[in-house]
Amino acid sequence: MEKWPNNKAWLLVLPVFVIVAFSAIIPLMTVINYSVQDIFGPGQSVFVGTEWFREMLADHRLHDALWRQFVFSGLVLLIEMPLGILIALAMPKKGWGVAVCLVTVALPLLIPWNTIGTIWMIFTRPDIGLFGAGMNNLMGIPFDHTDNWLDAWITVMLMEVWHWTPLVVLMAYAGLRAIPEVYYQAARIDGASAWSTFLYIQLPKMRGVLTIAFLLRFMDSFLIYAEPFVLTGGGPGNSTTFLSIYLVKIALLQFDLGPGGAFSLIYFVIVLLFCFIFYQALLRVGKGEKV
Amino acid sequence: MSLVLENITKKVGRETHLYNINLEFETGSRNVLLGHTLAGKTSLLRLMAGLDRPTSGRVLVSGEDVTGKSVRKRSVAMVYQQFINYPSLTVYKNIASPLKIARVKKGEIDRRVRRTAEMLHIEEMLDRLPAELSGGQQQRVAIARALIGDAELLLLDEPLVNLDYKLREELRVELHDIFEERKAIVVYTTTEPTEALMLGGNIAVIDEGRVLQTGLTPEVYHNPATTKVAEVCSDPPINFLKGTIKGGAVRMGWNIEMPLEHHMKSLMDGDYMFGVRSNHLSLSRNDKEDVEIPAKVELAEINGSETFIHADYDGLRLVVQENGVRLVRIGAEITIYVSPSSFFVYDEAGALVASPSREAVEGKLT
Amino acid sequence: MARIELNEVVHSYLPKPKSESDYALKRIHNVWDDGGACALLGPSGCGKTTLLNIVSGLLTPSRGRVLYDGKDVTELPPEKRNIAQVFQFPVLYDTMSVFNNLAFPLRNRGLSEIKVKERVLEVAEILDLTPFLNKRAEGLAADAKQKISLGRGLVRSDVAAILFDEPLTVIDPQMKWYLRQKLKDIHEEFKLTFIYVTHDQVEALTFADQVAVMFEGEIVQIGSPQDLFENPEHRFVGYFIGSPGMNFLECTIEGNEARVDGAGIVLDEETAAKGRKASGKLELGIRPMYLEVHARSGDGMVKARVKGVEDLGSYRIVALMLEGQTLKARLPEDKPVPEGEVWLAFPPQWTKLFADGRLIS
Repeated sequence: MEKWPNNKAWLLVLPVFVIVAFSAIIPLMTVINYSVQDIFGPGQSVFVGTEWFREMLADHRLHDALWRQFVFSGLVLLIEMPLGILIALAMPKKGWGVAVCLVTVALPLLIPWNTIGTIWMIFTRPDIGLFGAGMNNLMGIPFDHTDNWLDAWITVMLMEVWHWTPLVVLMAYAGLRAIPEVYYQAARIDGASAWSTFLYIQLPKMRGVLTIAFLLRFMDSFLIYAEPFVLTGGGPGNSTTFLSIYLVKIALLQFDLGPGGAFSLIYFVIVLLFCFIFYQALLRVGKGEKV
Repeated sequence: MSLVLENITKKVGRETHLYNINLEFETGSRNVLLGHTLAGKTSLLRLMAGLDRPTSGRVLVSGEDVTGKSVRKRSVAMVYQQFINYPSLTVYKNIASPLKIARVKKGEIDRRVRRTAEMLHIEEMLDRLPAELSGGQQQRVAIARALIGDAELLLLDEPLVNLDYKLREELRVELHDIFEERKAIVVYTTTEPTEALMLGGNIAVIDEGRVLQTGLTPEVYHNPATTKVAEVCSDPPINFLKGTIKGGAVRMGWNIEMPLEHHMKSLMDGDYMFGVRSNHLSLSRNDKEDVEIPAKVELAEINGSETFIHADYDGLRLVVQENGVRLVRIGAEITIYVSPSSFFVYDEAGALVASPSREAVEGKLT
Repeated sequence: MARIELNEVVHSYLPKPKSESDYALKRIHNVWDDGGACALLGPSGCGKTTLLNIVSGLLTPSRGRVLYDGKDVTELPPEKRNIAQVFQFPVLYDTMSVFNNLAFPLRNRGLSEIKVKERVLEVAEILDLTPFLNKRAEGLAADAKQKISLGRGLVRSDVAAILFDEPLTVIDPQMKWYLRQKLKDIHEEFKLTFIYVTHDQVEALTFADQVAVMFEGEIVQIGSPQDLFENPEHRFVGYFIGSPGMNFLECTIEGNEARVDGAGIVLDEETAAKGRKASGKLELGIRPMYLEVHARSGDGMVKARVKGVEDLGSYRIVALMLEGQTLKARLPEDKPVPEGEVWLAFPPQWTKLFADGRLIS
């Protein structure tokens, strides 16, 4: 539709442009700047071209961290998506139960991220933590996430699932509520089983929100930092050193700004690439049978 | 005040929505834009309101060019197909909103809200929210809001189309009376010829972005200038039969013959299109002059007061309108009767060359 | 095939209904014959969808029984009732092809693939859906979607009745004509019981041979389209069917005449006799089409004044004042327009008497 030409309207875009410039473009330019220089100190730097990129791409510790990251994100999606949908399906549809369930489910989302790390660290401590001590003393199963890599992984996964499944639940629930009642009525009349109803009505109708939930969960889990950092510090050994933890080690603890910058950009491209691939794939999924 | 549209053309992307429109409206006049869906009625209304700008041409209000003037600075009120009200405001506040924006005094607002609400029979519902009202009542609120500001230009875009037919029937009569008392220019779009006739006043028949005919509504109805106008101005659709005039006789379809009489007498020999409205077709003979058309029933649509019999004649669909409820079996062979005096005759280019004389139709009261 | 019987059905959506107005259905006692084309007609909020959902089993009534061929099905869920339903908005399985949509109810009931294919192809042919069978259902036009909804009912050989809930709401006006005709054809061919719910008089009267008019939770009249128009048994039927609706004049009975203030209108003897015995508010009803308007006085005519004339093309509506009450006459196009003082004739066979809204006869 043709609008009235009024060039003053462009001024309204200006604040957003300024904010985006400060929040995204300028930091990104800085990172790019760092990634192609070797910086010794203030005012002392040498242009090194793609050296840092080549070095980082060849870094086997980065490869390890990347694999760890993929396994982690993969597990997160594999557990949280079905679990979230399942919980959403089990939630009441009307009455006072709805509010109670929603608030209870959303509770973990309201806690600051590093606090979550702290809570779980204490909760799973083998000496005094309810979970850790319970496993060791009551169940008789040796459990120590500071010592055993599997225990560390289990703890991180438990924490992640506890923290973020609620987001999937809320989105899936919203998707389910938006399905008109007649679809269920028609399915009943057609004699559809609960499983068919889920497969042919609920799942297709939730496709939109589930796509968004999937992408959000992938991105967030791929970028995870605060919780495992507080909980395990990336250990024991390097067993829970995910990409962002490794990046911080390089850039801030070792103060290698050049390699850190190169790493950041590689990281950024990976996330972007996978989001794109997933989005395209999800658009096609559930479009059903070929015509 | 007067409103003039001068050589208005409207293009959106590559598509042309309106072609060279010239229309004039006088204050206190009732005007109907009649046309099928997507004919360009809404586009035209939006241009008049100042919501859109024409690609070329001018809009003049009382002689002053307002083509580039924003809708906020014009004195316009509009009612839409959808029932558009502020959902969080009560009916009272909804109706009062145009006056509030115009900073009218509180006492004056109160007086006018109550008067307008009374006019539209919603005075009992002033404290309710729009969602608590029925569709018909919601549209009454929207109409009240449009009426209260005494706008000089009152635009209504198919305001009754989403209402049940009984409500439509009632509101139509009320709107007619309300418009009569207004000093504004009222422009009303509709797809239904009956609604246009009911509102009376002037009409502009629009099709595919062009104004086909303008004039007084009954005049245009009884003398549709082209086959297209006849089609737009008839519901159920007008029946068309191809035919020729030769040697003082008319031949239509493959077997219909009638003498060249009445209003057709002066027509030259040649090929013509003969149009007859469904209410002039009958299942029983009314006059010995009547022409017979054999046909086969496809469906009988009944609305209570009338039965519309859709029948097939040689691959053409004819619609016969009968009063009351008539039961006819689908697939039955019937004979349709029609008086030669009730045909509109169009030449090969689709222009009207003869229409039934009104004297022949209107008898004397006994 | 089924004969559907509603036995003293009452329904309220409230757990503890108190007053009359808490009931969505007041008392429905009604039989639909096997193979009939029936319509439930009424304005929004009259309870027609509630009634339909009780027939289909989506709702269990507060009281009363629903019988299919004499068998009590009140407590049975819809999947056990051998019915199919077409909803207001097309309900499809978006991710499936048209073929699989049609096959779905059969596969759910464990039919062999050979039988499924046979049935689906047969029904698709009848509904003109064959060219679309391999297409995904999602992208089709609204009329094709509604035909698929209908098809999912027709494929089932066990189906006893198909229920329609305002099925043409989202269909383009041009396509409505085609679908109405299609529905009639299918009813002829399958001889199934069709129950069609609508607020649109054209749809109800065109489709059905038996129309039940609903008003405020009650069926006020069941009859053929002709009955409803010519012999309305309730004030609401007179008002709702026909355009404009029936005229109603408050009156009293004196001898063989209905007195409307000063004017006396002669009734047939039987009606007058019953009117004299009737109690409650008496009203005279006549359809605008049957009211005769004359320029000169004649036998049994009453004087009235013309208030206004609306020319609607194929007919005119004349608004008249009779002793302070308004009434309308509907004149064909070829009748002249009356002016000023006129004389009205009330043909006795079309002049009805109502007491408290119900026909006396």
